[in-house]
Amino acid sequence: MAKNIIEKIWDQHIVYEEQGKPDLLYIDLHLLHEVTSPQAFEGLRLANRTVRRPDLCFATMDHNVPTRNRDAIKDPIARKQINTLQTNCDEFGIPLANMDHPDQGIVHIIGPELGLTQPGKTIVCGDSHTSTHGAFGAIAFGIGTSEVEHVLSTQTLWQSKPKTMEIRINGKLGFGVTAKDVILAIIAKFGIDMGTGHIIEFTGEAIRNLTMEERMTVCNMSIEAGAKAGLISPDETTVAYLKGRRYVPEGNAFEEAAVQWLSLASDDGATYDTILDMNADEIEPFVTWGTNPSMGSGISANVPYAKDFDSESDKAALKKALAYMGIEEGVPLTSIEIQHVFIGSCTNARLSDLRAAAKVIAGKKVHPSVTAIVVPGSRTVKKQAEEEGLDAVFLESGFEWRESGCSMCLAMNDDVVPAGERCASTSNRNFEGRQGAGARTHLVSPAMAAASAIAGRFVDVRELQAVHS
Amino acid sequence: MEPINEVVSVITPLDRKNVDTDQIISKEFLKRIERTGFGKYLFYHWRHNADGTEVADFILNDERFKGSKILVAQENFGCGSSREHAPWSILDYGFNVVIAPSFADIFYNNCMKNGLLPIKLKPAEVEELLATGQKQSYSVEVNLVEQTVTGQDGKTYSFDIDPYYKEMLLNGWDEISLTFQYEEQIANYERRQKLA
Repeated sequence: MAKNIIEKIWDQHIVYEEQGKPDLLYIDLHLLHEVTSPQAFEGLRLANRTVRRPDLCFATMDHNVPTRNRDAIKDPIARKQINTLQTNCDEFGIPLANMDHPDQGIVHIIGPELGLTQPGKTIVCGDSHTSTHGAFGAIAFGIGTSEVEHVLSTQTLWQSKPKTMEIRINGKLGFGVTAKDVILAIIAKFGIDMGTGHIIEFTGEAIRNLTMEERMTVCNMSIEAGAKAGLISPDETTVAYLKGRRYVPEGNAFEEAAVQWLSLASDDGATYDTILDMNADEIEPFVTWGTNPSMGSGISANVPYAKDFDSESDKAALKKALAYMGIEEGVPLTSIEIQHVFIGSCTNARLSDLRAAAKVIAGKKVHPSVTAIVVPGSRTVKKQAEEEGLDAVFLESGFEWRESGCSMCLAMNDDVVPAGERCASTSNRNFEGRQGAGARTHLVSPAMAAASAIAGRFVDVRELQAVHS
Repeated sequence: MEPINEVVSVITPLDRKNVDTDQIISKEFLKRIERTGFGKYLFYHWRHNADGTEVADFILNDERFKGSKILVAQENFGCGSSREHAPWSILDYGFNVVIAPSFADIFYNNCMKNGLLPIKLKPAEVEELLATGQKQSYSVEVNLVEQTVTGQDGKTYSFDIDPYYKEMLLNGWDEISLTFQYEEQIANYERRQKLA
């Protein structure tokens, strides 16, 4: 019987199944960071348990790390959390890319970068954006700290089989439309909880044409549609990306692995519980104007009116969101002025993202009322960008060039947007207070963020690009 | 975790949908390495003004709902970040039950591991509870064995819950201890997959 990739990977990982129970699933890769792991390690200690497979774990420090003055974490509670991860990894023998390690970076950037992320794996992390790794054709999902502890001690998880969903993006993306715009458009069209209880497979010509880094951006934000995970069947693009990476097999073993990876792709005629279609040509460069990722529109649109919505609760939600955002109903998105630009996060801080932003700003200056920062997703990305001279492009136009980490995506470190100020951000969440108490976040692609940094307001990046092309 | 079955309390009607875990527990409180003591940070920025004073019209600051053990909210409760600090803070604040038409997957799982009972009722039923709970102080009795929510006026709602999680919540079991009973199957799997 024809199977989709979700069913194939799931079935391969069942350790134990019984009617009336969730399946006991084996976990191939467990990624860890400092924020959601300390209580799990403490739980192990209290119960006199140990880590079953430290060789299948990999840890890094990302959420809390400073992006400048790395030597000094001023906040003693944050410092303690960082130190605790070091102690825990030392004690239990878990590989760790700590703050000083050349491989350090955002956990969802370094997994793929190092080749730890591979097709067919089950991958978990105490972080909802673990869905990023689905870009390789893996089942990758975020878990809570109790589940982190469960995986540490058993290398398994009890999981109810999720429903499957196919989202097809048909046709080719238009000029200047990026992977970020695709996923924001999907969420705006189908809703913030349309994926609940499902794993999504993204398919269609527009998805097939994406690079691996672009696919990661799409899968990264599956969770913002409520999905348990999002993935893309592996193909030659996947295999080419993985070749030569540190944790990927070499020589004949690689060729054998590649054959096995490609065999995971959904079979012709595979079925899904739900199938949704969208045409690539209806997607524009996107900007969110509200307080969740589904509240966004193409750049040529205006902010909606409450009267556009049918239900009273939707009208109320719009008014509440716009009140927080300090935006009037019906205004053009291009009239919204910004004070901050953040290029970074597990969604959009890979080398291609920095290249896209640098291309837009080259030879131009950041608007005088804007503070703009670039936070590369990993130390490797930073190094590669510097080798290409991207740091010089950013610095010359007035951006700050920082060390890698999660930074202003969630503002756990010192990179905070002040209350009432507005940020064009390449991150994944525009929830109230996400980038700082009272801060207002607009989610955009790297190119759109770069363009808004120059203009001091949202602009259609295609107009800038058209002049130069 | 603590076993849970019957909970009797006035309900706290939080008439909002898509309540994300960033609102439930804001990031500045995630730096602690403990599991306990998060209750005072629950909905911090909805409860407090920038100067630290209480927001007068926020439901959790309403005297009528002080000591409530049952939170009622709109759909997609707990969306966003996987932070288990969200259920920790809800429990530590004093709630044992959250009722909503739907929950985000990770949050729902996290509740189950901590003895916080998430109850899914139909949207119209939640609307009714929210409306009644806002008009008057309204008590309900939650019974997990019976899978019912019964109002002070005798109105009864039934809910579904996976039998596996129901048993775990009723007994307060530690899931890891249960999984250790499958050690042989795990080891066999590792041998089969050449992971050993």
